[in-house]
Amino acid sequence: MSTWRIALLVAGKDLRVERRSRVVTNQVVPFAAVTMVMFAFALDADAVLQRVAPGLVWLATLFSLLVLVQRSYAIETDDGALDALRVAGVDPAALFWGKALALAVQLAVLEVILIGTAVVLYGAEVRAEGLVLLVTTLVTATCSLAVVGTLYGGLAAGFRGRETLLPLLVLPVVAPVLIGATRAVEAALGTVPGAVVSEGWPWVGLLAVFAVAFGVGGTLAFGPLIDE
Amino acid sequence: MTQTSTAPRSSDPGPQRAARRPGTGTTATRVLGGVTLVAIGWLVAFGLGFSPADRDQEESVRILYVHVPTIWVAYVAFVVTAVCSGIYMFSRRHSLGWDRAAGASAEIGVLFVALTLLVGALWGRLTWGVFWQWDARLTTTALLFVTYIGYLAVRRLGGSHHQRARRSAVIGMLAVLLIPLVHWSVRLWRSLHQEATVLRTDGQVRMDGLMLFSLFVGVIAFTLIYVWLMLHRTRVMAMEDALDDHGLEEALAARRAEGDRPDGER
Amino acid sequence: MQDAGFILGSYAVTFGAIALFAWITVRRGRRLSRQVPTDEQYWT
Repeated sequence: MSTWRIALLVAGKDLRVERRSRVVTNQVVPFAAVTMVMFAFALDADAVLQRVAPGLVWLATLFSLLVLVQRSYAIETDDGALDALRVAGVDPAALFWGKALALAVQLAVLEVILIGTAVVLYGAEVRAEGLVLLVTTLVTATCSLAVVGTLYGGLAAGFRGRETLLPLLVLPVVAPVLIGATRAVEAALGTVPGAVVSEGWPWVGLLAVFAVAFGVGGTLAFGPLIDE
Repeated sequence: MTQTSTAPRSSDPGPQRAARRPGTGTTATRVLGGVTLVAIGWLVAFGLGFSPADRDQEESVRILYVHVPTIWVAYVAFVVTAVCSGIYMFSRRHSLGWDRAAGASAEIGVLFVALTLLVGALWGRLTWGVFWQWDARLTTTALLFVTYIGYLAVRRLGGSHHQRARRSAVIGMLAVLLIPLVHWSVRLWRSLHQEATVLRTDGQVRMDGLMLFSLFVGVIAFTLIYVWLMLHRTRVMAMEDALDDHGLEEALAARRAEGDRPDGER
Repeated sequence: MQDAGFILGSYAVTFGAIALFAWITVRRGRRLSRQVPTDEQYWT
């Protein structure tokens, strides 16, 4: 079987497990929504909330990413499924892309919900001229977060103290994604006074370079990382 | 330079000198240590004494003679980490000596970056009036610091020496991929939001000859410190690894002896 | 010297921290060196 077929199978398996267990819908999405409400308590002013809404959306996404990655590897390591896949001779690159794909789908759903929450709670507005930029940003940022999460999650999987190690490893790495995605969404939504949509495109370029760099790095490095 | 001394060598099988002092020191490191101390003395003399006060920064320029060399040597240390990680991964022998060199270099680098941030904050307070500026260089350095703290945490995850070496080599090389991306994003961020900075945050000063010479002495002194620390730290790491192996061997031997016992106390 | 506290403090912090790291490393080396067989100590 080709690498892509295996990757799709792994992604399908992960998504099926998630659909049946309903952990994402019952726990992760409510967690992200509560985070958005907590931000509103902390920054008690409508004008401020509207101004910083894109940043809060991405912060909530990052926190949820950490939860999702732990979840994604917990279902593998609990029953020794990761070892079984390796013993079965599954190409590590296919495993990497499969898990990244499943993670990306979950993240994308979460981001759409969070942006909806920001529109309702923070009074952010999605404007028609920024829609293309918004969608492109969501896609590239989701790819970046998914590959980084999968790569570092695989490293920390199966070790004591992984819950605390993962944030320490992932957060500095995704700092460029947070900066880039926040600025691009600010441009798309026009939450900053005088923001022009065209200002967002350099940031999408940054996100794309980041996704490609860590996609290639992850494909090469995932094998040595999980191969013990 | 430092790499050659850290690769494992077959030790001399000849008779050891009876009265060797225990430790990681050799005649070479003692001489190097002496030279390093002299260089530090020179740096203090030039930095605090002979060099003149700056026209704009006045006396606070003296802090730069330790601040600038520490960050330069820290960057060198992280490059050494990445190079040693790469050699470990791509060489056919997968020698653990390279892995230990990478780890020791990262530890020293983290120490130096921490000092850079601390001393830089003091300098910033004197020159800019604030401890911290959201400037591209500062922010990149802070993220660099956290990234390599993560690297050191990965080294302590456990497992066999080769598992540790492989994992940390991957992280060590990914970190070098990350630094340009972080710097690019932070620079883009600052340039879009702060067109004209009131404060000069780049620390560039017009230097006269004596100032430049003091800075040069600083770079020499901190490079010597780095080499000296590297030699000792890699040797300590080699002994830690050896002790791990011996501990395992002794435990296995004890367990086998237990199993072989005829009377069977279980 | 103007701002002597900050300037002398930064020198003291830098060299103090490096000396502490060096001292810990050397002391640990001395202790381990007694437990590890000499033929593992490649520098001897």
